[in-house]
This record gives sequence, C-alpha cells and structure tokens, in this order.
Amino acid sequence: MTGRSHSLALRGLSKYYGSLAAVDDVSLDIPSGSFLTLLGPSGSGKTTILMSIAGFVEPSAGQILLDDADITTLPPDKRNFGMVFQGYALFPHMTVADNIWFPLKVRGVSKANAADKVRGALDLVQLGHLAERYPAQLSGGQQQRVALARALVFEPALLLLDEPLSALDKKLRADLQWELKSLHHRLGTTFIYVTHDQEEALSMSDEIVILRDGKIEQQGVPGALYEKPATRFVADFLGKSNFLTGKVAATEPGRFGYSVGDLTLMQEGAPVHRRVDGTVLVSLRPEKIVLAADRPDTVNAVPGTISAFNYYGSTYHFQVSTEHLGELVATTPAWTCAVEPSIGSAIWLGWQPDASVVVNDR
Amino acid sequence: MHASIRRVYWWLIAPAVLLMLVFYIYPLFQVLWISVTDPVPGFGNYRELIERPLIHRIWLTTLRICVLTTAITVVAGYAVAYAMAQVGERQRTWMMFCVLLTFWLSVLIRAFAWVMLLRTEGLVNTGLQELGLISEPLRLVRNEFGVVVGMVHFMLPLAVLPIYSNMTGIDARLVSAARGLGASPIGAFLNVYLPLSKPGLISATILVFVFSLGFFITPALLGGGKVVMISEYIQVSFEETLRWGQATMLASTLLFSVLLSLALVARFVDLKKVFGAR
Repeated sequence: MTGRSHSLALRGLSKYYGSLAAVDDVSLDIPSGSFLTLLGPSGSGKTTILMSIAGFVEPSAGQILLDDADITTLPPDKRNFGMVFQGYALFPHMTVADNIWFPLKVRGVSKANAADKVRGALDLVQLGHLAERYPAQLSGGQQQRVALARALVFEPALLLLDEPLSALDKKLRADLQWELKSLHHRLGTTFIYVTHDQEEALSMSDEIVILRDGKIEQQGVPGALYEKPATRFVADFLGKSNFLTGKVAATEPGRFGYSVGDLTLMQEGAPVHRRVDGTVLVSLRPEKIVLAADRPDTVNAVPGTISAFNYYGSTYHFQVSTEHLGELVATTPAWTCAVEPSIGSAIWLGWQPDASVVVNDR
Repeated sequence: MHASIRRVYWWLIAPAVLLMLVFYIYPLFQVLWISVTDPVPGFGNYRELIERPLIHRIWLTTLRICVLTTAITVVAGYAVAYAMAQVGERQRTWMMFCVLLTFWLSVLIRAFAWVMLLRTEGLVNTGLQELGLISEPLRLVRNEFGVVVGMVHFMLPLAVLPIYSNMTGIDARLVSAARGLGASPIGAFLNVYLPLSKPGLISATILVFVFSLGFFITPALLGGGKVVMISEYIQVSFEETLRWGQATMLASTLLFSVLLSLALVARFVDLKKVFGAR
C-alpha cells in the first residue's frame, strides 16, 4: 500500500492567539518521502504547526502548499492526510477492524470491499489477530498500532504524528521507534512527526526542526544538529551539554584560544558569536570529555574532584568540581571507566579543540 | 472493605430504607390489594382494561401524548445539550442557569402561564392577529397541542441534564480524528458523536417517558378537561366517582407499564451502564 509520496511547504506560517504568536513566520520545505520531526518544548508551537497542516487550526497568515497546490483553507477531511493523535483517539464504540475501516467508510467503500485493505493494514502493524476487539481491550502499544493502521489504510498523502509514543513506557517506546522507522522505509510516505522527546527525534528523523517560541531555532539532519548546535538552547535541548564562557585570547588559522580565569583553552573554528565583553560561549558534550587519573594528553585538560556520580549499567555519569570551570558533567562507558568512581577522588578531565563547539548565547 | 465499616453504612441508610418501606412500599401493596378486592375480589377491575372503550381511549391518548412529548423533548434537549457542550465556560454557565430556572418555578405557575399565553385572547393569538398572520384565533389550549407544549416545557431539563452529562464525557478529539480521517462534519457527527452520546439519549428518553406517563397537573390544566390522561382519570375515580377499585387498577397498570417499558429498553441496552451503576 505505497501511495505516491508528496512534498509539503510552509510559507510564512503564523498563528496568533490574541497578541500572542503561537507560530511566528515559519517557512519550511518538507521533501517528498522524508521523515521530518518538529521538536521543541511545550509552547514552542510544534503542535500548532502540525494542526495547521492537518487543517484543524486556521493560520493567521501564510500558506501551506502540498506539491505546490495551496491547501491553506482546505477543511481537514478534504486534505487526505493520515493522522495519529496524541492518546490515539480510537473510536471506543467500534472494533479494531471498524476503526480501521472508518476512513474508507467515509470515502464510500463498503465493509466487504474494504476487507482486504483493512486486513493489509492490520498485518502491517502485526495485529491481525485482534481485529474484533474493542480499543478498551487493547494495551497502549496495541492501541498505538491500531491508530497507525487507521491513519495509513487509505494511503494518505502524508502521515502526521502528534507525540504518538508519549503515553507508552520506555521500553515499548524504543521498540515502536524501530517499527515506525521501518514502516516509513517500507511505505515511502512523507512522515511529519511532533515530539518533545529529543531521543525520538534523533533516532528516527531524516531531518529535525527545532522550534522555540513559535520560531524555527535550527534545522538539519540529526547528526549535524547534535554535533553543531548553533545556540545554547539547541545544545541544551538536544542532548546534554556543559557550557564554558571564556575571553577570546589568541586566534590562529582554524582555531583560537580563550581564557577562563588564568586557564587557557583551545577551540577549533573561529571565535564567532562574540559578545560585547569579548567572551564566547562554548558547548562541550559530557561524553566527549576524557576522564583520567593523571593528566591526559589532550590539548585541553583540567583537574577536578568527583562530587557525585550515577551508575547506569552501560555508563557512568560524573559531576566533577573544577577550580576554573565550576561543575562539569562527564559521561563514560562503565566498562572502560578509567577512574575510580568514588566521591572526593581527584581526577583529570580532558578534551580536544574539536570536541566542543562555539554557540550563540540565546 | 472491613465488615464493621460496611455495617455503619447500612445504619446510615437505614432511616431512608425504613421510610420507603412504611410510606412507599406498604401503600403500594395496599394499592395492588385494593385493585383486586374492591368492590369484589377477583380481576374484575382489570377486565375493564379490555372491555371499556373509555379506558382504551384514555390509554391511547396518554400513550400518544407521552410518545409525542418524549420525542420532541429528547430532540430539543439533545440540541440544547449539544450547544452547551460546545460553547465556552461563560455561555455554558448561563445556559445551565436558564435550563434550571424552569425547574425552580412551581409546576402550577408554569401551567397557568402557558394557559395565559395560549388562550384565545392570549399573547400568542393576539400577537399573530396583530401581525396579520391569522384572522381567527387558533385553538392552542384545552387540546393535545397545549398539553404537549406544557409537558415538553416541563420535561426539557430532564432531557438536557442526562444528555449533557453524557456529552461532557465524550473526548472532543474523537470528532477531530474523524474529520482528519476524511469524514465530513455531518459524517463525523453521525458516525462518532451520535453513537457515543447514545447512553445519554436513552436515559433521557426513559426518564421523560416514565415521567410523562404519570403526569398530572400540566395535562389537567392545559387539557382543561378535554384531554384526559390516565392520572387525571385516576384522580377522578378516587375523588369524584369514588371507584377505588378502578382507580387502584389504573394506578397499578401505570406502574406495570413503566416496568414494562424499562424491561423493553433493557433488552437493547445495559440499563446499569445508562444510569451510571457500572
């Protein structure tokens, strides 16, 4: 059941509630067949954008184009988009099979004629044996799969997903991430996914759009966003980060030094986003810090003492107090941990100039 | 639950149970008893149900008015409840106030008010005549039309409240989901909202129908002796013709028809669910 895939474009999309802009001049191109994630904290406008695409929210300004056709004012039932709602929104008075038949029924397909497609959709999500159950008799994960099957059975132009995994427990969520991704791969339908969960966004998307206060903060492929966050907000929201502030000292081609107190650290790249007092903000991921008992042979190294640590089975997370940089967080694979995990023990933290990245302080 | 605590709960409802037994169940049995003993023991009174055309006519009138009242009330109540479920908090409070307002007025006052409005020289007739829409006053009271108007007015809150309460439990996203999956506004209503509001509709139907069957004051006043429903006839038998046997027989049949209609409904729906016991 692979339909032709479609592209979607947003042009200057805005939505005001009174004087408050829930979505503020957002333009976006979503290529055909891609898996795009709108990621942001609550109130960032991600759901409003999705609801505008679905047709439930009327934009205050801007356009929505499906393959260059303007659909901004089209009612939701005329858009032919599949949608998986937060909490699934399965019809409680219909069986699983009837829920999946519903989009075909309202398109005038009789139950008998729809039987093959309904069966196909159920098989797609491996729920063929539960066709005659009611939603209340299913587990959360099964309901989620029914919602997916229902949204896909009529070969929609796009699939919109509104935090579809948020109600599930962690392990199930991880399983369904694999399933969603493989489903996307098999169908080739354009998926637009809304979440506040950075892990979901990183693991499934072809492209992530990070939203903040109704505006696009940064967009790109997951790896690029994670490795090169443009702002403090992105570095903090997508993964964890230590932030170092230092005064730019010496610049060389391709790298520069910055001083924090009487310590000088080296950073790859140019000292961009310099603030009026001549300082820059550097984001350093916890897993890129080398932990060592003695001074490591990295370009940057600071001594510190362990003030707290957590053991996660696969990793250790350390909080380390340093004289110059304050509290830093560092993580390391537990089975190769090079330091004694005990509070108060003195260790060294080291990192290379290309391990960290200069970010805009906003 | 601990047994001793449960016993406390029994004590708490004991006065109510006692009151029901003495003042409700006992007289009820007396009514049943009189209906088979007065004037002579046997089912003579019940034979009248089959044999007397007058009683046939009264029963048919009662059923016709009840069915009509129930149908109009439930449809109108559904519309009001639906509007209440859709509007904002402020409007909802006002609408609820207006629905309940009629509840707080005495049924007598309401019936008289309708008589004043609908009589030949009443506001409705004079208004229509002033507008030139009619030349002769319409007969609006002392007939079934007047009775149904008064009864619908009285019953409306009884339909609105259960339907509205059911509607507040319907997840609004389900209608959005239906729209998103391709249903037109009407399609989403018919396929999703209406079936989900069915329990409210059924309990409103039962409530209004059962209330209508035994309704007395409004039909007596607005019918003006021309439209006689069963409870008015019971009153006449008790107090004027003093045929207690016939009166208690009719009262008993009234009771049985309520039970019968509940039994009929129970064949199709789970009444415990409708009335919130499950």
